[in-house]
This record gives sequence, C-alpha cells and structure tokens, in this order.
Amino acid sequence: MRYLPLTEADRQEMLAAIGAPSVDALFGDVPAAAHLTQPIAGLAPHQGELQVERALSRLAARNVPAGSCPSFLGSGAYRHHVPASVDQLLTRGEFLTSYTPYQPEVTQGTLQYLFEFQTQVALITGMDVANASMYDGATACAEAVLMANRVTRRNRAVLSGGLHPHYRDVTATTTGVLGVDLATLPADPKGIEDLAAAIDDKTSCVVVQNPTLFGYVADLTPLAEACHAKGALLVVVVTEVVSLGLMPSPGSMGADIVVAEGQSIGNGLNFGGPYLGLFATRDKFVRQMPGRLCGETVDADGKRGFVLTLSTREQHIRREKATSNICTNSGLCALAFTMHLSLLGELGFTGLARLNHAKAAQLADKLAAAGVTVLNQGFFNEFTVQVSGDAAALVDKLAAEPLLAGVPVSRLHPGQADLADLLLVAVTETTTEDDMDALVQALGGKQ
Amino acid sequence: MNTQGRKTTPDIESAAATDVGTYTGNRALVHEEPLIFELDNPGVTGVDLEAVPAVASRLGGLKAREGIGLPGLSEPTVVRHYTRLSQKNLGIDSTMYPLGSCTMKHNPRLNEKLARLPGFGDIHPMQPQSTVQGALELIDQLAHWLKTLTGMPAVAMSPAAGAHGELCGLMAIRAALQARGEAGRTRVLVPESAHGTNPATAAFCGFTVDAIPAEANGRVSVEAVKAKLGPDVACIMLTNPNTCGLFEPQVKEIADAVHAAGGYFYCDGANYNAIVGRVRPADLGVDAMHINLHKTFSTPHGGGGPGSGPVVLSDALAPYAPLPYVVHGADGFRLVEHEGEVEGESKPFGRMKAFHGQMGMFVRALAYIMSHGADGLRQASSDAVLNANYLKARLQDLMSVPFDGYCMHEALFDDRFLKDTGVTTLDFAKAMIDEGFHPMTMYFPLVVHGAFLIEPTETESKTTLDQFIGAMRHLAGKAKAGDAAHFLAAPRYTPRRRLDETAAARKPVLRWTPPAA
Repeated sequence: MRYLPLTEADRQEMLAAIGAPSVDALFGDVPAAAHLTQPIAGLAPHQGELQVERALSRLAARNVPAGSCPSFLGSGAYRHHVPASVDQLLTRGEFLTSYTPYQPEVTQGTLQYLFEFQTQVALITGMDVANASMYDGATACAEAVLMANRVTRRNRAVLSGGLHPHYRDVTATTTGVLGVDLATLPADPKGIEDLAAAIDDKTSCVVVQNPTLFGYVADLTPLAEACHAKGALLVVVVTEVVSLGLMPSPGSMGADIVVAEGQSIGNGLNFGGPYLGLFATRDKFVRQMPGRLCGETVDADGKRGFVLTLSTREQHIRREKATSNICTNSGLCALAFTMHLSLLGELGFTGLARLNHAKAAQLADKLAAAGVTVLNQGFFNEFTVQVSGDAAALVDKLAAEPLLAGVPVSRLHPGQADLADLLLVAVTETTTEDDMDALVQALGGKQ
Repeated sequence: MNTQGRKTTPDIESAAATDVGTYTGNRALVHEEPLIFELDNPGVTGVDLEAVPAVASRLGGLKAREGIGLPGLSEPTVVRHYTRLSQKNLGIDSTMYPLGSCTMKHNPRLNEKLARLPGFGDIHPMQPQSTVQGALELIDQLAHWLKTLTGMPAVAMSPAAGAHGELCGLMAIRAALQARGEAGRTRVLVPESAHGTNPATAAFCGFTVDAIPAEANGRVSVEAVKAKLGPDVACIMLTNPNTCGLFEPQVKEIADAVHAAGGYFYCDGANYNAIVGRVRPADLGVDAMHINLHKTFSTPHGGGGPGSGPVVLSDALAPYAPLPYVVHGADGFRLVEHEGEVEGESKPFGRMKAFHGQMGMFVRALAYIMSHGADGLRQASSDAVLNANYLKARLQDLMSVPFDGYCMHEALFDDRFLKDTGVTTLDFAKAMIDEGFHPMTMYFPLVVHGAFLIEPTETESKTTLDQFIGAMRHLAGKAKAGDAAHFLAAPRYTPRRRLDETAAARKPVLRWTPPAA
C-alpha cells in the first residue's frame, strides 16, 4: 500500500517495544462480538493510481462539463474564469495540507491571508468587519438570522420572495428547531413585493437578496430605513459576488449584516461544493458574529503578526453557550477567493463586473430582438425569460445538444403553475457571442 | 573550476556567528511580507479582460460603484506574495503534524488531480440530471462504501463538516422524536470529555445539555449514563474512540441502556480513523455518526477547511435524512430535491446546504478509499493504532500518562511530569516547534490537566516516529533538569515568536485600514 510506510519488520519491532503480542491485542477494549477479524466482505481490495484514475475518469466522462458547451446556468453558482496562478498557488503543500491555525508561530501564512481576506470582504460589501468564511452562502444566511435575533432579542424574521429557495430552506431548517418565526413572502418573479409592509415590532430582521433570484436589482436604502425605524436589522444576501464590483455596496445602502456566496471568485462549480460563505457586519455587532476571526497583534519582539481571536464566542471555549457550533470553515476556498481578488484588484474587479453586466445586456437585447420575453428591466448578469411551454422540459431537451440553457424556475419553486414557463439565464465573461446566438436560436428561432 | 581561491568550506568562526539582523528584516529563505494592501500600485492589475461591449446600463437606475479600495497588483507580485506566505506555514507535507483528534495524515495528490477533472470540477449543481449521471453515480458509490464500512443502512451526504454533520444527526433525532409524539425529550447527554462542538450543536439544535462525568479510567461508564437517563432524554452524544484516545469498552451496554430508555445514540465519528475496517459502528448500536472525510479519508484540511461530514443513519433515523439525496431511478440516478418528489418512507427534515454536498471532497475521499480498498483501510487503522501505542510506550517513562493500558490512534499525556519545572504544556509545545514538529493538540480533552494529545496517524514512518520520540525525550529531560529558560524563549526559529493573543482580543484589529494621511 503506497501510503503506508511501515514494513512488517517495523511492525514487529514496534509491537516488541510496546510489549503487545499482536496488533489485535491493542484493540482489546473492543467487544469481541464487534471486532472484525477479516476485511469487510463485498468491498474491493486496494488499487494502484492507474486503476483508480481510470475508474474515476470513466465517471467524470459521463458528465457534461459546463465549459464544454454554451452554458447559462446561475442561480447561486456561476462559471467564471479563474486565473491559472490561483490553483497553482493553492496546491502548495504548506497551504493545502495545514490545519486550522491553532499554533500561530507556524501558521502566519494562513493567518495573514485570512486577515487580507477579511479586509477584502469588508471592502467589497461595504461593511466594517468580516469573518474568515462559513460553509456556503445558504448556511451563512441562516446564521445571519440567528445573529439578528441575538442582537435584537427578537424572534421573527421576514424572508423576501426574491431569496433563493435553497437559502430559504436552509434558513427554515436551521432556525426552525429553535422556534424562530419566519415570515416568507411568495416567489416574486415580477420584482414588486413590498417588504417594508411585512416588518412589525417583533421583527428581528428582513432578509433580502440583491440581485434577487429572478435577477432584479434594487436600491435597498428605503428598506434599510424601514427596518431601522422598527428596530430591525437588514440582512442582505448576495449570491453573485461579482455584482459587488458594479452595484452600490450593501453597506452603503444601510445593511447591518451581509452574507454572500463567494464561489464566483476563485472557485470552480464543483457540482455545488465546496463553496464559501461570506459574512460581514458592523463593528458594534462583532461579538455576536459566528465563525472564526483573525486579528492583528504583535509577537515577543514587537513585530506585527496575526492570531485567531475573539474565540470566547466559539464552541471550543464556550461549548453550549457559543454563538454557533461551526468549527471548520472554508479555508482553501477562502484562499482561492482572496488570491483571485488580489489578481483582479480594483481595476480587474470593477472591470469584470462591467463586462458581466454588459454581456448580459447584450444577450437580453438579442433575445428581445428575437421576440423572446425578458421580464426584467433592471438586472446585473442574470435575468428571467418567459418561454412558450414548460421551461424544464425545454431545458432537458436542449441539454441533449448539448446546450445548458439556464435554470428553470420550477426546479427551485416546484409545483407553481404560474412559474412553469420561467427560465433563469445567467451570463458571465466566459459567455461568447456564439454561445448567445445558440441560445437565441434555441429560444427564439421559431418566432 | 575554483581558480580564484574562493572558499568552498565555511570557516568555523563565521558559522558560529550569532543573529546580527539584516537590512531587509528577511532571513534568507523567510521573507518579511507586507499585506497586499501595502503592495498596492494603483492602476496595476493581474488579469487582462476583453473589452466591455458598448451597451446601455441595465442597473435599474442604480449608480455604478467606484472606489472600492482593492489594491492593484500584477501577477508576478501576487505569485511571490502567496509563495512567501506559504513559506510561513507548516503542513503535513512539511513535517509530522500530530494534532490529536485532527487526523493529519498524508493527502495523496492523485485525489487532487481527479477532483480537478472537468467532469467533476466544472459541472454546475443545477445542470439537468441527464448531464451529471457520472457525478450522481460517484456520490452513490461513496455512499455505498460509507454504509458498508459502518454497517449502517443509510447516509446523508450533504453536511459540510463534522459539526454540520452533528447538526444533521441531531435534527434527524429531533424529527424522529416528533414523529413518535415525544417532542418533550429535550435533554442531550454529553460526556465532559466531548469535543466542544457536541454541546454547541445540541444547544444550536434547541436541546439542553447535561454533562456526564468521566470515570477515573478515562471512560464513560454505563452506570453514569443510566443515572442520567429519563423520559426527557433525546439522545447521548458519545465519541468513540473517545477524546482520551480510548475505546469505550461499555459502548454497547450504553447504547442498549439509552435505547431501552427511548433515546438515540449519536456517535461523534471524529476518531473513526482508529477503527475503520475493524469495527462497524452499527454493531455498537449507533443510530447516527458523522464521518469527517477531511480526517479519516484524507481530504486536505487546507488551513481550516473545507470539510465534509456525511452522516450514517440507522433504520430508525434514515427516513428523516435531509434533502437532497440520490436514488436509483428507472433510467439512471436521480436527485430528490423537493418534498414533492419524495417517495416511500422518506420524511426529510429539511435542507442543510445550498446544493448537494461537498462534491470536491467526495471525489477525493472515494479516490482515497478505492486506493486503499477494504484491506488497505483495515491496515491503515491498524497502523494508526500501532503508531500511537509505540509513541506511548516509548514516552511513558519520562512523560506522565493519565490512563494506563493500550490506547487507540492517539496517545494522551498530562502535565504532571512538568510539575515544579516552571514549564507548561504550552511552553513545551513551542519548544517542539523549534525541533521542527507541529505540536500535538494541547489542553484538550479538558478532563486531564495540561493535556498533550498526540495523534501520529498511519502515514508516519518508524524513522520519523523515532526522531519525534527522541525530540520529546530530549525536551522532557531538559525540562526536568531545570532548563525552563529554554522553553520560555521558544519558539526561536519561526517567522514570528510568541504572539500576544490577549492584546489581540482586548482591542480587536480584524482588518487592514489605510494609514491616516
């Protein structure tokens, strides 16, 4: 076995040093009835690299990579170009194979990039402070509701009908066991809901996604004012972080907590994971924040260095009184994010956002010209298209070409007849004019 | 040819020179590296984008944003920055990293390569299912291995990490209790020695936590559990092997007692690496157990994640597994994503994550499992336990052992051997850093004083273990000989010496801000 360095002679010598007759004897505390004497039946024996690679490559070949055909899928996961240097640096063993930085003297590399990551997230969200990442955008959203409840000492959250249904469901599952009252507005394909009207004196927060699931963009300033007038917090959800390079920051519009899916920057699609949740807030709420935080300090020589800090919020110190049970974060995904954003910089990040937006506008125009109905007036890089007939059936049919036409709304909001003909279409810098023409042909060719 | 009389051997005096400092502050291979914000060269970028098509803005009247404050860096600057940061880190690639309870084993590079195949890395979670049959089959194959290895009938694949898996298990228990009409069971029994996530998860799931004291031998006794059982107990959360590195000999009796009292048995599987292929948790009466793929099945920890924490479930809990999950359909594999698609006994308690789970980790874990096979996995757990016992045997005369007898995959020591030396567990750990090792887990578990929890894993060779043992014996001897100063000044050879954590917490600086003009 190529990963196991001990020889049989080593094992015997070690057993002699231990004074044990056999390895089996070391398992003496295991009840005899439960101690297996042979490898478990029905499972294959060990294999070489070549055999494993062959088997898994065969499985990989049965999938259609999004990059192998025109693809317009978004809805919380976006295919962007990640510079080659990101993955090259990410796989340096000192990053890849290190653990949580519990010993800061030998993990200054991890700690410094986390400090830089936190700063970048605070800058793009327009907030004071960000943590070192959560599992994904949806779990960050659930944690934001719980945090708003702690801050306001209230127990009712209002969820927008423009929120990604998976975020809504994760939030409902996570907060439901704690008896949180969730007021969930119906799906809002026209972008017309009145969230302010749903706020009452018991509301801890309003959770609003911008751009919404359907692609609408909004100035959230009036909503923030309405929240604050009732003593509630505004939680802003961003599922496409590239939008923050062009749209006004949630912080500038009055958000109290911003949560986002960070996958778009630095991270591949990976069939939905691992991704990374971004979590940012105001300075005054920092002690109610979940998750790891890295802070600046000095060492014994007075030199600047970094450590994990404010751990009295966390489970390994506070146990059942912690702000969250989270332990592992998304370290490597955060590293990919921070490296990609460092490469982009101010010019690249704002330029990437403009490019995404302009290409989406280009496609919307092409579709409209072909007689296809685009519901949105305003959007960032994703919008809602009305097709004739069932959108899911159309998407399945086009997949055979292959053309990945977008996400049918019915996959996210099932069982609603009025949404069955809606298709969510996303465009990124990876979308070519040929890709656009293929979609226009597929959706509008008949008109 | 050396024709200029250039010295090819160092002279003794210059080699003995002490640290005189450098102009740059760098020390040869280790550089002082500023923050990216301090490297800012406005106007520079590390990416070249195509020209933006000229179209009218569709931002619905929103004004385009300006002045975010991100620094401008070229690709060479970025590459050098992160290379230098990496050089301030230890990884399992660099040295032995025996963090107890963390299972820092070798991360095979084949797994990295396979996770990056476009057929896995470049598929969208919302693609039509006909275009991702291979991905669904991979999830199904990994699920099959996990179920067969544990003997459990079902597995929930979506939890993102160990603590997330605990939450999944407790939510399934909660749902099962509600279905039985016993929502009044709100108490969760958690041994004092448990990981902090256990009580935190129970509270996060709306339960109250009741601690079970550890016995003098480091185990949990069935009598102590029975004393706490009652009609309001939802479950016990028991780590096995436990955090003292010991197998719980009464685990089956404890499971039976909990079941007889109407509760469930949640097993914290953080230490599963010790028993893979030798013990099936199903045979111990487990109802739910998370498996940290980033520990037992070697997916890289990456400086703190991402993890992956599938949860195996008993027949009693299987119906409550969360959405989404993979089933065998008439024409291939199918992902059940909504309540409306659910068939049979399934009554999912909800959804844990935006999409289907940590696919990137599933690919790596399956490659690891297939590489080892049933025989190799059993050999791996055997070697992990052998390595830990070897360390314990070779160190127990100089260090102090709280619990006698064989251990499982990790060796636990306490700080009695440092009594009156002026050296603490922390000081000792810092001296281990200077010796070139990552320290063990320290001050955990809480049930012994000044704990040293050492988990070597099966991927360390005897040569490395012998060197580690030599270093530990050397340090223990030095401490006992009264050389506290050696420890108090450690570490000396790291990019930074000891850091002031108190100052960091008192006045938190959690981000860079531009210097005042």
